[in-house]
Amino acid sequence: MKTFTYLRAADVDAALQRIAAEPGARFLGGGTNLVDLMREGIEAPATLIDITRLPLDGIEELPDGGLRIGALVRNSDLAAHPVVRGRYPFLSQAILLGATGQIRNMATVGGNLLQRTRCLYFYDEASACNKREPGAGCAARDGFNRGNAILGTSGARVATHPSDMAVALAAIDAVVEVRSSRGTRQIPLTDFHRLPGTTPHLESHLEPDELITAVELPPLPVAAHSHYRKVRDRASYAFALVSVAAALDVGADGRIADVRLALGGVATKPWRARTAEQLLLGTAATEERFATAAAAELAAGVPLSGNAFKIDLVCRTVVAVLRKLATERSGS
Amino acid sequence: MPEPRLRINGEDHEADVSPQVSLLDALREHLWLTGTKKGCDQGACGACTVLVDGRRIVSCLALAVQYEGREITTIEGVDHPLQEAFVRHDGLQCGYCTPGQICSAIGMLGEYAAGAPSAATEGLAPGSLTPAEIRERMSGNICRCGAYNGIAEAIQEVAS
Repeated sequence: MKTFTYLRAADVDAALQRIAAEPGARFLGGGTNLVDLMREGIEAPATLIDITRLPLDGIEELPDGGLRIGALVRNSDLAAHPVVRGRYPFLSQAILLGATGQIRNMATVGGNLLQRTRCLYFYDEASACNKREPGAGCAARDGFNRGNAILGTSGARVATHPSDMAVALAAIDAVVEVRSSRGTRQIPLTDFHRLPGTTPHLESHLEPDELITAVELPPLPVAAHSHYRKVRDRASYAFALVSVAAALDVGADGRIADVRLALGGVATKPWRARTAEQLLLGTAATEERFATAAAAELAAGVPLSGNAFKIDLVCRTVVAVLRKLATERSGS
Repeated sequence: MPEPRLRINGEDHEADVSPQVSLLDALREHLWLTGTKKGCDQGACGACTVLVDGRRIVSCLALAVQYEGREITTIEGVDHPLQEAFVRHDGLQCGYCTPGQICSAIGMLGEYAAGAPSAATEGLAPGSLTPAEIRERMSGNICRCGAYNGIAEAIQEVAS
């Protein structure tokens, strides 16, 4: 690992001043991704500013029924929080289906949003990767791309965003609060990550001098009836081939009164399935409608040599999750 | 920064380590606490699991400096019924993953006792610690000898 300077921020303002003065510095949270990337030589910050002792680790209920989650809340604490389990169960499920007990104890909410892709060619320094080296090319396009994206891709990048948590947050319409010495701003989670376009090395709209301080969940009654399903090559501890976060409210007339749908493992960013949502809203909660909506969402999918199976797999998973939610609702 | 003072198994140690040294390497190569094992060195195998303030983490992805002043427990500081149970149930063959398995299981049992759910928990409301729960909650620890049946039985015995 390249040598670096380590310092511990005394408070949030000190952390922001330091990073503004030293653009090559990076904030250090749980380290589960950044330390690994530094060891691999993919990241090489000159300075690490340890923020883990800053008071950004609280979870607070908001007067409107929403939830404010400090950026340094550990993933395991968020998944276990009683309000999350009760009002946003698919968020707990998504977190618990990611990584391992040890890593969830270390990883922070802010860090989870900023984790880098697990594309094999991004990790392999001998391969061309536009994310590591803009303009170098993308070895994944014609390589082993079973795990890569089919939605939101560009000629320059086909890597998926690896987070499960962020997929549920996209469905919830969570808002990311970021701060810098210039001020505070709110970014909707669905706008936080970038599509690759011609700038595949830029993954989010976070500026280099900004710190994620919190994630806020709006009150969302439909989320109390939600589910997250992850399909992967191993039963545990593997990244998603596809994942589905869904919340569904079926009215007494059998029609869909509210629905939230987001997809993971298939897109370059946490993918809110708005096309499918619009088709579902107000229609009968039947398997045929679910399948039609999923197919419409995936119509824009561009498969690579090794991942065309994901189009069928994600459509079937969407149908299965919505059917499960619809069945539970009519049974209750 | 001055050398970090690491509190390990109830004792303070001056660790003469630079910032890029992992907690795992600080333990093994600087403090000669070689019970904690290095497997993959990238957070995948769990051999390096230690407890920090009672919670399990992988020490390979932890920078030692970041853990200054925290209460670190390694296998050298563990005296727990799980150790005998692993022997009784043949929960090991070569033994390389065992310190990590034991530390992870201690942390896992603490999480379960505190009511934390897992991906195997029906309705996110933990009930009894079933074999499926144990396997899911221990999926961060790999045993290349494949002693999983004995490991799961040993944990089950201690949990009940």
